[in-house]
Amino acid sequence: METNTIEPKLTGKDFVTDQELRWCPGCGDYSIIKQVQTVMPELNIPREQIVFISGIGCSSRFPYYMETFGMHSIHGRATAIASGLKATRPELSVWIVTGDGDSLSIGGNHLIHLLRRNFDVNVLLFNNEIYGLTKGQYSPASPYGSVTKSTPMGSIDFPFNPLALCLGANSTFVARSMDRDPIHLREILKRANGHKGTSMVEIYQNCNVFNDGAFEVFTEKGTKKINTLMVEHGKPLVFGEKSEKGIMLDGFKPVVVNVADVSANDLWIHDEKDQVKAGILVRFFNKPSDENALPRPFGVFYTEDRFCYEDAMSAQLVEAVSKKGKGNLDALLKGNNTWTI
Amino acid sequence: MNKQTEIKSNVVILFAGDSGDGIQLTGTQFSTTTALYGNDISTFPNFPAEIRAPQGTIAGVSGFQLHFGSQRIYTAGDAADVLVVMNAAALKANLKQLKDGGIIIANTDGFDAKNLKLANYPEGVHPLKNGSLDKYKTVEIDVSKITRAALADSGLGTKEMDRSKNMFVLGYIYWMYNRSIENSITFINEQFKKRPELIDANIKVLKAGYNYGETVEAPMQRFEVKPAPVEHGTYRSIMGNQAAAIGLVAAAEKAGLTLFCGTYPITPASDILHELSKHKNFGVKTFQAEDEIAAITSTIGASFGGALGITTSSGPGIALKTEAIGLALMLELPLVIVNVQRGGPSTGLPTKTEQADLMQALYGRNGEAPVPVIAAYSPSDCFYAAYEACRIALEFMTPVFFLSDGYIANGSEPWKFPASANLADINVSFAKNELKEGEKYLPYKRNEKLSRPWAIPGTKGLEHRVGGIEKENETGNISYDPENHEFMVKIRQAKVDKIADYIPLQTIDNGNNKGKLLVLGWGSTYGSIKTAVKEAIDEGYDVAHAHVKYLNPFPKNLGEVIGNYDKVLIPEINNGQLIKVIRDKYFVDAKGLNKIQGLPFSAAEIKNKIIETLTN
Repeated sequence: METNTIEPKLTGKDFVTDQELRWCPGCGDYSIIKQVQTVMPELNIPREQIVFISGIGCSSRFPYYMETFGMHSIHGRATAIASGLKATRPELSVWIVTGDGDSLSIGGNHLIHLLRRNFDVNVLLFNNEIYGLTKGQYSPASPYGSVTKSTPMGSIDFPFNPLALCLGANSTFVARSMDRDPIHLREILKRANGHKGTSMVEIYQNCNVFNDGAFEVFTEKGTKKINTLMVEHGKPLVFGEKSEKGIMLDGFKPVVVNVADVSANDLWIHDEKDQVKAGILVRFFNKPSDENALPRPFGVFYTEDRFCYEDAMSAQLVEAVSKKGKGNLDALLKGNNTWTI
Repeated sequence: MNKQTEIKSNVVILFAGDSGDGIQLTGTQFSTTTALYGNDISTFPNFPAEIRAPQGTIAGVSGFQLHFGSQRIYTAGDAADVLVVMNAAALKANLKQLKDGGIIIANTDGFDAKNLKLANYPEGVHPLKNGSLDKYKTVEIDVSKITRAALADSGLGTKEMDRSKNMFVLGYIYWMYNRSIENSITFINEQFKKRPELIDANIKVLKAGYNYGETVEAPMQRFEVKPAPVEHGTYRSIMGNQAAAIGLVAAAEKAGLTLFCGTYPITPASDILHELSKHKNFGVKTFQAEDEIAAITSTIGASFGGALGITTSSGPGIALKTEAIGLALMLELPLVIVNVQRGGPSTGLPTKTEQADLMQALYGRNGEAPVPVIAAYSPSDCFYAAYEACRIALEFMTPVFFLSDGYIANGSEPWKFPASANLADINVSFAKNELKEGEKYLPYKRNEKLSRPWAIPGTKGLEHRVGGIEKENETGNISYDPENHEFMVKIRQAKVDKIADYIPLQTIDNGNNKGKLLVLGWGSTYGSIKTAVKEAIDEGYDVAHAHVKYLNPFPKNLGEVIGNYDKVLIPEINNGQLIKVIRDKYFVDAKGLNKIQGLPFSAAEIKNKIIETLTN
């Protein structure tokens, strides 16, 4: 008997597993998983079609807490594992959860190759600028001079600018959000899901045990508005307590101006499709304490429509069948040249 | 002129010349024609490591060895009866391979002052003229001159004319062994169909070579090698890497799965990737990853999604994949790891053969990490071994090592290929949601093979998480419980051990079931051991040969088989690896015969050791 059942609408709770969350109390990961679980039902993707893949690190425990298919793999390789999964199962919704050590250090190679191939997956890079799980060593995202367990005299590593790296690897979707702004994070997660291609989302995440307050000037009420720039497609770049400041381009050089001093047309209008300007935007990377520091931007910086590896791969298979016919195993075994004795 | 024909039971020809001389083509053409004629054959190409080494130098010499006979042939031959050399460097590099009294066919044009110098002959020394080759029969032919003369009216430039030199040599060898040139004419017509002027030129030179033998006023021998008593049937020629690739495709087809091969180029394994990438019309997905680690981890992702995951490499690449093999083992996902072994350690001898990665396959991982290991013993066996590796991976949900090596990977032999219907079934089924209301899915609940279900994404109700951290039995949840860890380590070992119930018992390949000496081999040493033991038995020695294909787990009766002989000899192209495992597991005082020169054993080396062992 055929029955038409109407599936009950899922809620965030349907994405919660029976495993107890084991992050440190106060960790930014709690907010991030909450936003991910909240957004999931809105994506209208059946749970069984969703796969979360992680590497190693605090954030990489994530899949155990998501009631979807999931894999907690080995250090740095989630991106490569997701590539193989997506290549063979293009219809799945694949999410990679990784940290700054996992994706920028040990897995740096796979990350850049994932981005240039543009598999249609989503990367959530939890950046806390520290190694948490191994208890407090500096990461490739830690600022120069960081005093950590392994750098008592200060780090002498010059850090990556993660999103500039991603844009350099020809990423087709580059965005940044933060653990302390749930509404913004949920919006960016939805945008990432909607983008066809590798969606790269850097999420500033506070490690309250080993690197507490690394991003507080961007995330806390008193300082957030003057130090951050929330970009939106088609809107001028403005920031400040009362949006009184704006960004103007002097040639290729961004300068901070008082909105009142310029005409609205003179401000930089954000265009997500402009790769050159996105390149400038991701390089707004000053320390807030620097003189004439530019505000740190958040939002979707760049999107591009480009073919995805898995689609090109499938297309070649279709083309091969149309040219040669569907593979015949006996013909393959026989080869082109036989003799009979 | 007196041109007598001598009957021979088997002949080894070694073609050698500059890598640009078309040596591989000459060799394969003669091989194909010879196989068509009904001889049994075995071939082995010997390429220089450099892609285009300087012309005329010893580093640039390319070789192709062919062994054919009116009897069964199991190796490419210990030493050559005939050495064809296109230049001085080819002579210098290969003369030690020629039997005393053997025939040298020398292209005199390749022995001018310049070539002699490039081959590092001292000034004034001319090997063809100073009597150094007196113990051989030398046939000197100015191949370039005759080729150019034959093509004088062709309108081709000298450079293009010279490219046909190999066809002259081929024609001449056809004459020498009473072979028809028809097969090669068909080949030339096909090969150059877009350039008809080259068809005419190549055929003309091929015929010129044949006619040279027929007409030249010189005492020259002809030979005849009658067809071999091989099993009736339809054959094709197959190289090991090609056979492995076809075996993998066949396994995917029989299992009804997508084949995904994540790999990174490495000698001598890359040809498997090349071959697989030709078969996209079978739904084969090849992924040339950014490195060896991505090669295997992408494959693990594909296996998680329900594909037949294959990763191919050689020793150094396998070393990089090690951590991920451990992950596949913890995830209990099917995965076939192909190692086409080469000389090691480190970069070692990339183009040379060795069997030195057995320990790596058996033990080269952190923690208690058992992985089944299967080794192919000949070029055509690469097909069956690869197929079997897939079967075990899929039926037992485990990574499996398939070991080949440079010798059989690049060697070729005739293959009485099977019909697809006769290949063993591969039973695969994805887990279905059969949960009752309120019941939780158990991703690590095992069946009678101790194998867990393959529940792939997309299966509603079976959402679950897997990972590399130790997991609780059945639920797969993270567990640091001490007793659970010990239990899980033991159950993963028991699963691999259990495979012994599902593989064939060890057989004796040749000789009596009990006796004085057992020669126990594995992998590519098969042909040399087979030949050596056969000869020794014919001469009345009490010796037998068993070849181990399943190296982990061993066949259940292996200990019993070994126990039936007074002595055990284990020849290996390494410093003694299988011997350690055999001694450890069965407490037998096995003796080793080890060669670590990047070269296969000659049958004579093994036979001498057999006689020495039996007479001491």
